[in-house]
Amino acid sequence: MNIESYDAAFERTKTKKEGAFIPFVVAGDPDFETSLQIVKVFVENGADALEIGFPFSDPVADGPTVQLADIRALESGMTAEKGFEFIRRIREFTDIPVGVLTYYNLIYKMGLEKFYKMARENGANAILAADLPPEEACEALEAAQKNGVQQIFMAAQTTSNERLQEITKMCSGFLYVVAVMGTTGARAELKTTTVDLIKRIKSHSDIPISVGFGISKPKHVREVINAGADGAIVASAILNIITENLENKEEMLQKVGKFCAELKEATKS
Amino acid sequence: MISDGKFGKYGGIYVPELLIPALEELEKAFLKYKDDKEFNAELEYYLREFAGRPTPLYYAENLSEKLGCKIYLKREDLLHTGAHKINNTLGQGLLAKYMGKERLIAETGAGQHGIATATVASLFKMPADIYMGSVDVARQKLNVFRMEISGAKVIPVESGAKTLKDAMNEAMRDWITNVENTHYLLGSTAGPHPYPTMVKHFQTVIGKETKKDILEKEGELPDAVIACVGGGSNSLGIFSEFIDDKEVELVGAEGGGDGLEGKHGATLSAGTEGVLHGSLSFVLQDDYGQISEAHSISAGLDYPGVGPEHSYLKVTGRAKYGPITDEEAFRAFKMLSKYEGIIPALESSHAVAMAEKYAKENPGKTIVVNLSGRGDKDVNIIADFMGVKL
Ligand SMILES: Cc1ncc(COP(=O)(O)O)c(C=O)c1O
Repeated sequence: MNIESYDAAFERTKTKKEGAFIPFVVAGDPDFETSLQIVKVFVENGADALEIGFPFSDPVADGPTVQLADIRALESGMTAEKGFEFIRRIREFTDIPVGVLTYYNLIYKMGLEKFYKMARENGANAILAADLPPEEACEALEAAQKNGVQQIFMAAQTTSNERLQEITKMCSGFLYVVAVMGTTGARAELKTTTVDLIKRIKSHSDIPISVGFGISKPKHVREVINAGADGAIVASAILNIITENLENKEEMLQKVGKFCAELKEATKS
Repeated sequence: MISDGKFGKYGGIYVPELLIPALEELEKAFLKYKDDKEFNAELEYYLREFAGRPTPLYYAENLSEKLGCKIYLKREDLLHTGAHKINNTLGQGLLAKYMGKERLIAETGAGQHGIATATVASLFKMPADIYMGSVDVARQKLNVFRMEISGAKVIPVESGAKTLKDAMNEAMRDWITNVENTHYLLGSTAGPHPYPTMVKHFQTVIGKETKKDILEKEGELPDAVIACVGGGSNSLGIFSEFIDDKEVELVGAEGGGDGLEGKHGATLSAGTEGVLHGSLSFVLQDDYGQISEAHSISAGLDYPGVGPEHSYLKVTGRAKYGPITDEEAFRAFKMLSKYEGIIPALESSHAVAMAEKYAKENPGKTIVVNLSGRGDKDVNIIADFMGVKL
């Protein structure tokens, strides 16, 4: 299969005068097959790229919603190896970019060489470890480059311009912009500072940027895309639908699909 | 960052991007004030007048006679709030004040660090939120009450194993959300740089006093220095002054729980390398990198990680570490209470038990045991263990 690159995906959406819609799910939440169906629903409802979480027992960057999803996925037996199998299965029905979002201990424990090799072999485009800042990323970058996998980093409001330059030098695929001062989780309103941050980054670098953390409504998606972001990442708001509909999978998938269609629509204005 | 915060390959700053500027700010402030005359004079004042330093290095006559060694006890249990934790909270609390921070947060397991933080928050007039796993809240009710009396808010943590590791996750999440006005007063030599270095710095007062006193009393260095290791702060505090004295054996006692085949908290004795709470160190984990739940009778040693400098001391062979089971700690608790009239914290009882083992193998030696805390907080657990109803 010919996997689409992030560059190509952002090019594709840009020509259509849209932003990229990037939904997130934890592999194995609530179980392997259901989460695979959720990803299918993402794709059917306009996802331009995918973020797949590999669950960790101690996710410090995550709020209660993702923590709960991680616990459900761990209870269903998810591991990094099974996560890559999950991505291989995703590759049976889509070639849009797939990024893995995890914590560094999963990578370290498997061994960097093996982790990045598995990423490439199973069709992942990029890896992002939430607790791996550029200072500690030397070895990971080496393994990523060797295996032709992209390494994504984060930037936040607290990130200085100086640091931003360092980060964008190392980062490939896209820059993950953290919209809030805080952990992941649905928010009622988007901060005006997020818009400023997007503009600040855009004035420093032309790397594509996707905004995540707290993006939970079509309105938020519209706001970040209008501010100049290339993509919008939606996690907790989707996971909340999963959490609320664990007893009825049909309804869960239907609601996730409807919500995703609305989010995708919001990237078009 | 000015330094990479590494001990060999261990340590580092494995944290989300949001925290990096806060760690940079903290490192800068620490480096500025650690050698600042005014800061140190103020810290020394509080250590002396408020906390009760210096603490005695007590020659334990009866225990020495029983064990056939010269045993000295470094009496950190006599400090205000009952444990060495106050050395660090005074240091960091003062630093937070100098940095202009308005709010303190902390994690706590046994509650000793929570109390020491709540105390310093009162002293320096700052609000404090203390994260504590709900399991620990239930088993350390007395300490929860003490924190609340001091005006701190205790926030029970319901995630994960609901113990120290989860309290630390939650404190980090709070800090990620409130970095601008909040200082995270981390309680041990664990976590991301600069914490392992900074907490050790504030605890080296233990080692400095010990070295001076033992040279005065014995005219020579001890054969061994023994301390318990949770996150590693009391042990590094006393070890640090002896690390360059190669003839002094450094021995760490870990929470051996039910024994290494069962549930335990003996991270250095039985763990593997991994990244937890911001640093690369030894951790207890499964084959897939998921962190395991630790177990120890002592809440302060019930932690699946350990400070990175201990990992370095372990792999370089400079310090030796071994597990002490719940049962052994319990016996040492009773022994010290009975022979010396000193009721040790369950954490410190692990060090006493290790000293007993060491004495058996090395008769006639001079041993310093760091008695990191007093045992009042643990009498309920001991009574339970003995099947006594209080
Ligand atoms: C009395 C006492 N000793 C030891 C410890 C373990 O911590 P550390 O290894 O940082 O000294 C604790 C922690 O709560 C404690 O309360």
